[in-house]
Amino acid sequence: MSSLQSLDLRRRSATTTPPPGQREAVEVAKLIDVSRCIGCKACQAACLEWNDLREEVGINVGVYDNPHDLTENTWTLMRFTEIDVDGRFEWLIRKDGCMHCDDPGCLKACPAPGAIVQYKNGIVDFISENCIGCGYCVKGCPFNIPRISKKDSKAYKCTLCSDRVAVGQAPACAKVCPTQAISFGTKKDMIAWADKRIADLKERGYKSAGLYDPPGVGGTHVMYVLKHVDRPEIYAGLPKDPKISPLVDLWKGITKPLALAGVGLAALVGFFHYVTHGPNEVQEEDEEAAAKTRRNSAE
Amino acid sequence: MADKTTIFDRYTSGARLNHWINAILMICLALSGMALFHPSLFFLTGLFGGGPTARIVHPWIGVLAMCSFLGLFIRFWRYNLWGKDDSAWMRNIKHVVNNDESKVPEAGKYNAGQKLVFWLMSILTVLLLTSGLAMWDSQFGEYTSIEQKRLAVVVHAASAVLLIIVVITHIYAAIWIRGTIRGMTRGSVTGGWAWRHHRKWLREEVGKTK
Ligand code: HEM
Ligand code: SF4
Ligand code: SF4
Ligand code: SF4
Repeated sequence: MSSLQSLDLRRRSATTTPPPGQREAVEVAKLIDVSRCIGCKACQAACLEWNDLREEVGINVGVYDNPHDLTENTWTLMRFTEIDVDGRFEWLIRKDGCMHCDDPGCLKACPAPGAIVQYKNGIVDFISENCIGCGYCVKGCPFNIPRISKKDSKAYKCTLCSDRVAVGQAPACAKVCPTQAISFGTKKDMIAWADKRIADLKERGYKSAGLYDPPGVGGTHVMYVLKHVDRPEIYAGLPKDPKISPLVDLWKGITKPLALAGVGLAALVGFFHYVTHGPNEVQEEDEEAAAKTRRNSAE
Repeated sequence: MADKTTIFDRYTSGARLNHWINAILMICLALSGMALFHPSLFFLTGLFGGGPTARIVHPWIGVLAMCSFLGLFIRFWRYNLWGKDDSAWMRNIKHVVNNDESKVPEAGKYNAGQKLVFWLMSILTVLLLTSGLAMWDSQFGEYTSIEQKRLAVVVHAASAVLLIIVVITHIYAAIWIRGTIRGMTRGSVTGGWAWRHHRKWLREEVGKTK
């Protein structure tokens, strides 16, 4: 979203020049403790408010999820799941949204220079004025997060409130959470805090409580504390071992420069053939032979 | 010399228009597509008025190009059916590359190389059309899953690169074999050209005008 940032870049989409590397920055993270969430949606409202977004008034289809999916306006969404876990009813409420992957598939897929950036602190941000609306980020993301606006054909998702973080503020959703289920700080501190929470949950009998910080995408800068980290899918389809799809790797990997080299080589082979074998020109004998063929057949 | 030169019609004005419309559209497609293919080619979006417009026009040009290609396909497919001679021609292609066509079977309207180009273009065009529609999110986004879209972009990018290589070969052959281009610009070729490169076709044409 933002264009004026005082944060240094670590990665920039579709860019071959190196990013600045002198200044150091600590990695930040948002920790969402699902075991503490009461599903009040204050974070969802705060996100709309801070980012000046309005969601359409929707329709109720008998579930609490409102709206029914992430949209270009709803960058975070409470997803509710009612489930029997080990014979006990549980109400799982997960705050869905961009995970701010350390190895972001959206950025890898994006063809527009600087439309997606990753700051040194780990936040992945869409720079809307550079976005061309191709939807490649949607194909690159392992979490199905970016949404393309019908109004301006640009991609939108949670910014991790990069504009607030740049001036030393916590994200709006973290600030507003009444149970402090959302905390924000350095990634190191958040992991330490999560460890305490997990120890507490284990003491209370949740044997498989743990931290969701999936290594397949290099870890994330939005992490969950889950009571059942061994089964993340039960939390409204949170992927168990998310990775950038092998198809995206194939599409955006070494094949690109190889393909360009192939095209260049085809032109070069043609040129060298011309230089060594020259043009294939029609000779006078050919014209004579053709004329003779015609005369013969006319007779 | 001039009086010895015979002239044979090769393409009607309709076929020539169809061919050049297709060529122009294909070049626009290759330029707007390659702009998104690699960061070092993104500057090509400037030819189309910037990134968003390049992204918007590319698939529409694609639809037009498919219509014009269909026209070419209907005009030419009959002459591109593969025969036994074509396989023999292909096996001896090195003589053709060395400018010696006396060692390969006489070619009809199209030689085996041209037929191969025709069929490769036809197959790649169908792949580009189907994968292109599957990744056209602004029009048909809802009809495909994300996994299908991922497959589509890989197929689209790979077929596009192959098609561009086929087109380079096609253009080079027209430059290398002198006298070919006038067939597509003026519609006719000299008898000498036909004798040299498409002798079977020449005999057929001569037979017709008896
Ligand atoms: C009906 C025909 C076609 C359709 C509907 C189509 C559609 C698309 C779409 C939707 C995209 C994504 C970007 C955008 O939204 O503009 C795209 C990308 C692309 N297209 Fe096409 N296209 C067609 C034909 C072609 C042809 C004939 C070529 C090449 C000669 C081509 C080359 C490319 C390339 C190189 C890309 C970029 C792929 C990448 O990012 O790796 N397309 N096409
Ligand atoms: S739609 Fe996504 S991938 Fe395409 S330019 Fe915008 S941010 Fe990049
Ligand atoms: S969750 Fe998706 S949109 Fe967010 S950083 Fe990861 S790949 Fe990008
Ligand atoms: S971090 Fe900011 S943008 Fe992201 S969900 Fe929270 S309030 Fe919304």
